Amino acid sequence: MTKLTRKRREELAGWALISPQVLGFLAFVAFPLVFSIILCFCEWNYIDMPTPVGLKNFERCFNDDVFWRSILNTLIYIGLVVPSTLVLSLTLAMMTNRKLPMKKIYRAAFFLPMVTSTIAIGTVWAFIFQTNGGVLNTILGFFGVNALDWFNNEVLARIAVAIVSTWLKVGYYYIIFDAGLKNIPKDLYEAADVEGANWWQKFLKITLPMLSSVTFFVVVMLFIDVFNMFNEVYIMTAGGPNYSTFTLSMYIFYYAFNQSDMGRAAVASWVLFMLVGIITAIEFFVKKKVVYE
Amino acid sequence: MKTKLHRDERIRVIVFSILLVVTALLSMFPFYWMILNSFKNPSIIFKVPTDFFTFNLTWDSFAAVFKYENGIIWRAYANSLFIAVTSTIGTLFTSSLAAFAFAKLKFRGNKLIYSIFIATLMIPGQVTLLPLYVIFAKIGWVNTFLPLIIPGCLINTYGVFMLRSFIVSIPDDLIAASKVDGCGTLRQYFHVILPLCKPALITLGLFSFIGSWNNYFGQFIYLSSEDLTTIPLLIASLKESNMTGVEWGRVMAASTLSVIPFAVVYLFCQKYFVQGIATTGLK
Repeated sequence: MTKLTRKRREELAGWALISPQVLGFLAFVAFPLVFSIILCFCEWNYIDMPTPVGLKNFERCFNDDVFWRSILNTLIYIGLVVPSTLVLSLTLAMMTNRKLPMKKIYRAAFFLPMVTSTIAIGTVWAFIFQTNGGVLNTILGFFGVNALDWFNNEVLARIAVAIVSTWLKVGYYYIIFDAGLKNIPKDLYEAADVEGANWWQKFLKITLPMLSSVTFFVVVMLFIDVFNMFNEVYIMTAGGPNYSTFTLSMYIFYYAFNQSDMGRAAVASWVLFMLVGIITAIEFFVKKKVVYE
Repeated sequence: MKTKLHRDERIRVIVFSILLVVTALLSMFPFYWMILNSFKNPSIIFKVPTDFFTFNLTWDSFAAVFKYENGIIWRAYANSLFIAVTSTIGTLFTSSLAAFAFAKLKFRGNKLIYSIFIATLMIPGQVTLLPLYVIFAKIGWVNTFLPLIIPGCLINTYGVFMLRSFIVSIPDDLIAASKVDGCGTLRQYFHVILPLCKPALITLGLFSFIGSWNNYFGQFIYLSSEDLTTIPLLIASLKESNMTGVEWGRVMAASTLSVIPFAVVYLFCQKYFVQGIATTGLK
């Protein structure tokens, strides 16, 4: 076999191996993506072919108060869930990054929420947050707090959903941070100890810079995760009270499959896409300035 | 100096252990509460003062779940399992093939196609979901399992990304050695790549299994007939089925039944997917 034919065979093999995924990509990502742009300008009643309506869908979307509320809510969730998940998973990873008894048990405990059915465990949380006789209010009662009406108060409902969402996500990011911390050479810390650096200095000068690319990955994934939040909100509050927990994902779901207004849902889905795109672009821009490689 | 550092570390281990035990207990509490209440007599679930510890071992709630709609839970279990297993096997096969090619084979367009793949990681599922629904409705796939299985089998950008970062870290020497042995590309894939990828495959397998099982949104829009119901759909309908209020005992029992299989599988292969996830963040 000559060198040239071997190269050619590798070329063919490469294409053959990626072909199923490329096919799937074209059929289930690229084509729908183009089609969804068309849907934005169409009306579709599930039976006939979509009919063009110009900019009507955009008008109706942008004049809809609930649409803006759901964007606001999504941003509020990002403000609540991203920092809390980030801080919690990093703190836990730093605490367990040493010789410690029962490490595996902690890891299992943190990760278990991730590997369960969200609908099932979301229902359990709804049960925990019940106003009358819910276990959380009972426990808060021991500390003299009056029963909180979690799902009928706009602020409390958002907090409840954010707590559950954080609880669901921490385990995954904990494992990523844990692996990142293990990759930092131990002698950096030893050298800092010799210099007499304190805990905070070591964190700022060694841990954070060495962990910056891992943190970047975590932040990007977390933002995308929270933008797509649906299951836990849907099962716990169904978007209420008064649309205070309604996310952009739920808006899309509601108009597409409840109101049979595919066009408006398509516009909302592109707004979601644009928001994710803008935030990811900002993250990459910041990465260039901050991340140590 | 050395002894002071030593003492500090000992104090830290004690303090952190206390904090970690508390956090772990908080993290596990919903599971505990779910199991406890599925065994409680449904009439005393909201009894004051709340009973935190007694396990009554009453099977009433479970019996109610099994009796609901003539034992539809078995159907739902079988359907959920079928969808999750088929789409997981498909995903593992096609995405590992592609990941291997992207990571180790030289061919024109490799870098370009891979970066297009990665860029689409951030496309929210809802954007493509709506047109796909229109298409699947046109070709008569609504109210079948196909929309929940076929796309998953053929495209999984996260899977390709994750497996590729794992395969990249396999030393080239190992693959070169198999080339000298006269291994073709496919045999390399089966004999070298797949065995070495075990942790990543198990992780991805578990994730896509859970993702498929949890895809309430998709199941809700595509499956409307009774025989096609799934566990998440069943739990949601149990929660909403009673006009006078939620029968929490029954709902907790159903949730317990749906969570237990995951917990068992997870505890058995914990070590693999710690490895599997860990590599994605590092590349």
